[in-house]
Amino acid sequence: MPSARLVNVTKRYGEITAVENTNLEIEDTEYVCIIGPSGSGKTTLIKCISGIIDPTEGEVYIDGKLMNNVPIQDRDIGYVFQEIALFPHMNVYENVLYGPIVKGWDLDKTRNLVEEMLNMMALTDRVNDYPQVLSGGAQQKTAITRALTSGSLLLLLDEPLGSLDTKVRTMLRHELRKMVKDLGLTAIHVTHDQEEAMAIADRIVVMKTGRIVEVGTPMELYLRPKRLFTANFVGEANFMTGEILKVTSDGVEFRINDEVFHKAEKVDFEERKIVAAIRPEFVVMKKSGKIRTGRIENKVFVGSTVRYEVRTESGELIVVRTPFTSESYRWKVGNSVNLTFPPRSILLYPYPEAGLEREISIE
Amino acid sequence: MPSVRLVNVAKRFGKTTAINNLSLEINDEEYLCVLGPTGSGKTTFLRLISGIVKPDEGEIYIDGKLVNDVPPQERNTAYVPQQYALFPHLNVIENVAFSPISKGLSKEEAYEISREMLEMTRLALRASSFPNELSGGMQQRLALARGLASNANLLLLDEPLGALDARLRVELRHKLRDLVKEKGFTAIHVTHDQEEAMVVADRIAVLRNGQIQQVSIPFTLYNEPKSIFVADFVGGANFLEGFVVDLDQHGSWVQLRNELMLRIRETGYSVGERLVVAIREEMTKVLEGRKRKEVNLLPGEVESVSFLGSYMVYEIVLENGEVVNSRVPVHVENKRISGGDRVSVQLDPQNIKTYLYPPSGLYRELEVI
Repeated sequence: MPSARLVNVTKRYGEITAVENTNLEIEDTEYVCIIGPSGSGKTTLIKCISGIIDPTEGEVYIDGKLMNNVPIQDRDIGYVFQEIALFPHMNVYENVLYGPIVKGWDLDKTRNLVEEMLNMMALTDRVNDYPQVLSGGAQQKTAITRALTSGSLLLLLDEPLGSLDTKVRTMLRHELRKMVKDLGLTAIHVTHDQEEAMAIADRIVVMKTGRIVEVGTPMELYLRPKRLFTANFVGEANFMTGEILKVTSDGVEFRINDEVFHKAEKVDFEERKIVAAIRPEFVVMKKSGKIRTGRIENKVFVGSTVRYEVRTESGELIVVRTPFTSESYRWKVGNSVNLTFPPRSILLYPYPEAGLEREISIE
Repeated sequence: MPSVRLVNVAKRFGKTTAINNLSLEINDEEYLCVLGPTGSGKTTFLRLISGIVKPDEGEIYIDGKLVNDVPPQERNTAYVPQQYALFPHLNVIENVAFSPISKGLSKEEAYEISREMLEMTRLALRASSFPNELSGGMQQRLALARGLASNANLLLLDEPLGALDARLRVELRHKLRDLVKEKGFTAIHVTHDQEEAMVVADRIAVLRNGQIQQVSIPFTLYNEPKSIFVADFVGGANFLEGFVVDLDQHGSWVQLRNELMLRIRETGYSVGERLVVAIREEMTKVLEGRKRKEVNLLPGEVESVSFLGSYMVYEIVLENGEVVNSRVPVHVENKRISGGDRVSVQLDPQNIKTYLYPPSGLYRELEVI
């Protein structure tokens, strides 16, 4: 049963540290996504697990066994890359059957498995087609099926849907998760697409500049991110600075601009200066009242939602997102509106030493 | 003042028809998005306007002038292809300033524009780096900055944000639109990302198999899709098949598979006609338990619940075996509903769109793979 464990893994390229002192435990049959801006070390991390690169320091365990000196082909891993690599001279069926044949499996049993997978991936009609006549989506489905039939219980996926259209990507991610779960595999999947990670993963690992920022379930990372960086990187958020006024037995009292809020939650930091974050869909927009008045500067219809940008009297630009209804669509650019921030939807963080901009920077 | 007009334009590559008898008018200072799946002809469309590809048939006008025989460099367009070619021996700002300088601007003027564009594409700190020192996403932003600075007022952008991380793409699309509007450019922007198109475009042209399916402002495209393909490609929807079994002055009754009945508002169909009914995921409502026999309450079971950040998706398998997805904003999410629960899905007649059953089958219309 393939669990994976990284202990103090560091990978340096010359003077550049791609991954720094990273610890991570992935459980058997877990689906883990790794996200982070480009250059954050996601791909390096997954390559350390696969054996494509050797860590400079630290240990990599698969299934409890130390892997540092085990060559790639002996790690029993299924791998899918963004650049689709199918055998051009083999049709879909032959491509998918390649792994089992090379491994010398009983072909009768294998055929059943292969056909079942092709069926699950809705590729049955395409088995005789060669890669060059397939669309990108069908090629990638073939590559995924091939990785799944390889018999490896650990699947490493490096941007497996990255080269595909949004629409196709959305369809395939569901199939991919379903297959992995149905087959009881363990999957580690690198993606730059946060929504893909949320749709597909049991847990998400957020990376930044070679380090893990936070690990959590999609819901934890979206609704209760522990770090400012996560709040900004996973989904959109408004950030405002403020200060803690007092910590009481039943929660915390804090101030943003001139408004005082009370939230029934303990804060586990001492700093007085804070950053308050709130997701655009949690901001409540009403007809202009007395408090926190603002003026709509921009309005964009995004299909199922409408996105407003509101300039508040204190000069901040607050993004508000509402489900699209005739009611929510009625606001116009220039309208005066009143914004309220429900305290339980406000996330509080100590003001970062490096400054807010720097802390949430995705470069 | 660059307006663009295509009249009955066709382009074939061997036996493949990339663009098929296409006519379209793009207004001066308009931001038009061309949206379509891979292979729909988006890139060819852009290359025809840039002049890199010549049409087999039809006319292309820029600014009222026929340009069929005008070479690309004389069309005064800035074409930013998907496979951008940066000058490897020039640093970032030199790459951007190259075109304005070659068009006769002084170095100071050219650098001023270039700096502005690098600011907008968030590359200002990398002005003296060389292209090979940049990540793929940065290179794409550089190509975009170079196109924007070229002083051409017709921008042709082929997936200009495609190589960027999802998070950065969302940020830059707002800036891109603001900049195009501020400068008074005309922009034609090709993308396969419908949300991106909605955010940046004044109008969206949906392309499929080299033909335009629909051209509308985002609001109309989303709310009044003319075909199943457009409804599916722009925003997605639940599609159910059925037959008209009865009609009166106020609407019709559609019988779905396994005799589930659905009320629709349309009265123009006749009894026996085969239909596809479509409803957006966010327009459906999931109610706990099996409700009494109200109109358009379809019984089913929750197959899965997915959390996607700002919204949840409930996958409901109806009693007749068909699947309906329901999208609910996370702050109104009903925490009591979970996998395996028996529920009812409510489809309000006023949110239902109907289409005649397509001759080639429903599956064919929804196929994008």
